[in-house]
Amino acid sequence: MSSITTREAPRGFSSAEYMTCLTGIVWREGLRFLHQRERFVSALVRPLVWLFIFAAGFRQVLGISIIPPYETYILYEVYIAPGLMAMIQLFNGMQSSLSMVYDREMGNMRTLLVSPLPRGFLLFCKLLAGTAVSLLQVYAFLLIAWLWDITPPPQGYLTVLPALILSGLMLGSLGMLISSGIKQLENFAGVMNFVIFPMFFASSALYPLWRVQEGNPYLYYLCEANPFTHAVELIRFALYGQVNWISLAVVALCTIVFMIGAILAYDPSRGLARRGPAGGEG
Amino acid sequence: MTTTRRYPAATKNRRPTPLGLREAVQKKPHIELHSSTTHYAKLSQAGEAKTARGQMSRILETALLAALVLAAAPAHAFIAYVSNEKSNTVSVIDTDSWTVTKTIKVGQRPRGIDFTRDGKFVMVAVGDDDTIQVIDAKTQTVVDSLPSGPDPELFAQDAAGKTLYVANENDNTVTVIDLEKRARLGDIQVGVEPEGMTISPDGKTLINTSETTNMAHFIDTSSRQIVANVLVDARPRFAEYKHDSSEVWVSSEIGGTVSIIDPKKHEVIGKVTFEIPGLRKEAIQPVGIGMTRDDKTAFVALGPANRIAVVDVASRKVTKYLLVGQRVWHVAFTPDEKYLLTTNGVSNDVSVIDVAAQKVIKTIQVGELPWGIAIAP
Repeated sequence: MSSITTREAPRGFSSAEYMTCLTGIVWREGLRFLHQRERFVSALVRPLVWLFIFAAGFRQVLGISIIPPYETYILYEVYIAPGLMAMIQLFNGMQSSLSMVYDREMGNMRTLLVSPLPRGFLLFCKLLAGTAVSLLQVYAFLLIAWLWDITPPPQGYLTVLPALILSGLMLGSLGMLISSGIKQLENFAGVMNFVIFPMFFASSALYPLWRVQEGNPYLYYLCEANPFTHAVELIRFALYGQVNWISLAVVALCTIVFMIGAILAYDPSRGLARRGPAGGEG
Repeated sequence: MTTTRRYPAATKNRRPTPLGLREAVQKKPHIELHSSTTHYAKLSQAGEAKTARGQMSRILETALLAALVLAAAPAHAFIAYVSNEKSNTVSVIDTDSWTVTKTIKVGQRPRGIDFTRDGKFVMVAVGDDDTIQVIDAKTQTVVDSLPSGPDPELFAQDAAGKTLYVANENDNTVTVIDLEKRARLGDIQVGVEPEGMTISPDGKTLINTSETTNMAHFIDTSSRQIVANVLVDARPRFAEYKHDSSEVWVSSEIGGTVSIIDPKKHEVIGKVTFEIPGLRKEAIQPVGIGMTRDDKTAFVALGPANRIAVVDVASRKVTKYLLVGQRVWHVAFTPDEKYLLTTNGVSNDVSVIDVAAQKVIKTIQVGELPWGIAIAP
């Protein structure tokens, strides 16, 4: 720490300083997550309810066609597993941006913002922290799913990691972008309903898109345009050691757009400040 | 640089490898672009992909060679022949690449299919042509036919591969054929709609099941007389001897069970029953049975239940159900017993089960209404 204070040139920061900031934020997020045991449990229960109850009811629905990346017929629970992994990340992304609103209301955010490091970097650290937490949740889910006989190839657990990081960043930055427009915690629930549910249901998480296309072609286009669909497909292919290039491109592009959007929205000269003082005081 | 040059040569001479490794090699460099990729992505990634692919495959080749050295007995590629009842063809599947390498035109309604013991010929019962056609495994063309009765469905041969016994579905007879002379030796009268055929490992007893009479007929092969009839559940389709000759398993399509018969006492001594949550009982129609050589595990095809039941032979209990294609009829092991192949009639494909892992790893499209399957010894 002393190296920071005694530093002569105030311009620019060393990578060590960036690392200190990054580990600080990730550590805090991790601690917060671990201390909120209910959050961990609820983050796990949500997809498991889908897996154990919802999928059990729809078990016979699938198994009628082979779609990539699968090479044989699969049970419904195997199909929805990647969708549920993405759902964990979606909720987590929204939740960690919810915590931003909370931080702002409680005034914790100011502690963070006094850091001399660039605002964009701080937000990026926050995103990484959120993604890291979502990874913990996803792998815990995968472990339970494995006991439930959802067994992707062993190397899939490794190949899915980069996909999870990318989709975690995308959903986190989306949450952050949304959270920048929310001043009070109470408003967030509404946004969750307007963002999470449409995104989740209008995607390939619960049903293959050819099924949607059969029912309603317009809905199919909507699903295709939904970045969450591509997050799901990216995870699905990566879990079986394959790359879905279109999804990768879409998710990467969306991550950049959302992230830039969030950084701009949190820029004191454009976003928050212009809308008046930070929440909690208004 | 020397290593880069050496490896393609090594690849050429590579022996067939276990599927897992082989697939890893084919799959991992999947930096190969997805068919629906945009041009933009192609342009931006092509350069990196090339080098990455080269490097990746080099690493994998090294791993592969290492694994080959470690692996005691590498698997060999086998050839599977699948009879397609509706398209009147036989699909030839290479078990190394898991692709259909050839489709052979045969007579009408091909069903029962098997290799001659020497592995040189494939016999396929073409029911609507009232004969058994012989396919030369080398040229993969039909070269001859055998004199069966009308509408042959399934057949069994003795251990030496000299005598063939054919169940003629429409004639209530079993035809005995001399395989060397390719001549008919005689007929044995059995029940109505004979189908399932199996022969005891010592070749002394032939068992035929008749679908409408609901019986397993025990036939003495030397006298060609029925020595016992055992009543089983409705519509017996298939019979299989345990390799130690202690039991005969007979599947009943309508009864939804597998009856286990003591071949000495000619009595049903047990039954395997099936239950799949969420499926109605009528959908469970056991037909084909495959038993591992150690007599520990049996795989039973459950027809429209679209499942293969994995049965623990000792306890006669189902331990697992594996999802395959629709209306699965018959099964066949590769000679190394690493894989079990199933014919799925309605979905027109063949599913591949990893026997050790008890997992379905792949499903391959074949002709219409695949019925029987035989794998080269």
